[in-house]
Amino acid sequence: MSKTYYNPDDLRKFGKITEWSEELGEKFFDYYGKVFEEGALTAREKSLIALAVSHVVKCPYCIDAYTKDGLQKAITKEEMMEAVHVGAAIESGATLVHGVQMMNKYEKLSM
Amino acid sequence: MIKESLHKRESSLSKSQKQLEYLANGIFKSGDLPTFKAKVNKSGQHPLRAKKLEILQLNLGYMCNQVCEHCHVDAGPDRKEIMTKETMSQCLEVIKRSGVHTLDLTGGAPEMNPNFRWFVEEASTLGVKDFIVRSNLTIIRANKKYYDLPQFYKKYNIHVVSSMPHWTKDKTDKQRGDGVFEKSIQALQDLNAVGYGMPGSHLELDLVYNPSGAFLPADQTSLENEYKKSLLHEFGIQFHKLFAITNLPISRFLDYLIMSDNYEDYMYSLVEAFNPGTLSGVMCTNTLSVSWDGWLYDCDFNQMLELKVKSKVKHIRDYNSKELADREIVVSQHCYGCTAGAGSSCQGTMQ
Ligand code: SF4
Ligand code: SF4
Repeated sequence: MSKTYYNPDDLRKFGKITEWSEELGEKFFDYYGKVFEEGALTAREKSLIALAVSHVVKCPYCIDAYTKDGLQKAITKEEMMEAVHVGAAIESGATLVHGVQMMNKYEKLSM
Repeated sequence: MIKESLHKRESSLSKSQKQLEYLANGIFKSGDLPTFKAKVNKSGQHPLRAKKLEILQLNLGYMCNQVCEHCHVDAGPDRKEIMTKETMSQCLEVIKRSGVHTLDLTGGAPEMNPNFRWFVEEASTLGVKDFIVRSNLTIIRANKKYYDLPQFYKKYNIHVVSSMPHWTKDKTDKQRGDGVFEKSIQALQDLNAVGYGMPGSHLELDLVYNPSGAFLPADQTSLENEYKKSLLHEFGIQFHKLFAITNLPISRFLDYLIMSDNYEDYMYSLVEAFNPGTLSGVMCTNTLSVSWDGWLYDCDFNQMLELKVKSKVKHIRDYNSKELADREIVVSQHCYGCTAGAGSSCQGTMQ
């Protein structure tokens, strides 16, 4: 079997991080659980945000988890893909907006 | 898209023994996951026992006009197992004697049993409060001889419970076959036209959602809202309740899980979502399931795994309430499908 840095089975072991630091681990999972409860935003909306962010932070575990979560919440593939585009647009926008810095510097250094 | 049952394809998984072996081995044998029995034991509720019998569920046969990919019955047009009039008569006797308040007809497509209408007429005189027919909807549009089914249901005040895996065409057709969505929509409109599913109508029309893939269903209430909004907005269709049901890892769904390499992940999800609070309300505690040939089971799923009731009485012709009362329910790993999250049974999430 080929070795990779990421192993899909590791996602199931996420909870184990608590074993090496109980208090922090538990605090994190409590917080995590609370964040995804129905609130001012629906659990459905939060799931789509999480999917978009998963792509931006390029976490394969999160992408697997929130694709499955989306299916469970009957979110359509069109909605999921639009969410990914929102993430991609913000990410590329964030890159491009630095073009202004480049332009400023260019102007400043040029006669 | 599959066209034939596992049975017709002579797949090894068409044998219940093979399915049970699969569920007993692998991650459960290695101890990676606890068996269902161990989990129930740990919650102090082993063994599960039958309570008062309230629901009689009759499987009128495995023949169906569809071959859905997830079908736990392995039903299809190629299945010839059909309940005879003689067995139906034995069931009528038991309905009279047992005083069950709910009668639940399922299949396959129960309407394809040649004695279906005779049976409904007879059973409707016996005073059951809730008389359910699980109709797959497309049967209503499958052939002219079924076009009047909505009127027929209405005449006998049948409670229609129908599968509708999604409110979009591609999801529905993928799970249930090409053209199923369109026919289901027409059938729902036909049912609405005679009064089924309309607000305030006593003609009950409920829909069943089950996930089209290797994942668990979402919260029933939010799904119901999505369904209601979309079906009304796009097609003017109304219905009463939506039941969200978890797919159990047996028969064709088990085959799908194995072939798509999703089996282990799915079992992990089910075990992780185990909720001991659901045990007291699982369907088998107040239901008796009768197969097309009259054998008795704790539920329709056990019927498909050929796990007969743990009782001296095993056939409807010998029905005896005392012998069947308080019997131990026969369980295996497939039962995790009934206890995940909010719990799931043929009636959807437990209330
Ligand atoms: S309609 Fe129901 S019984 Fe028929 S194949 Fe589909 S799931 Fe099975
Ligand atoms: S599969 Fe049947 S026996 Fe097992 S818990 Fe569900 S209803 Fe009960």
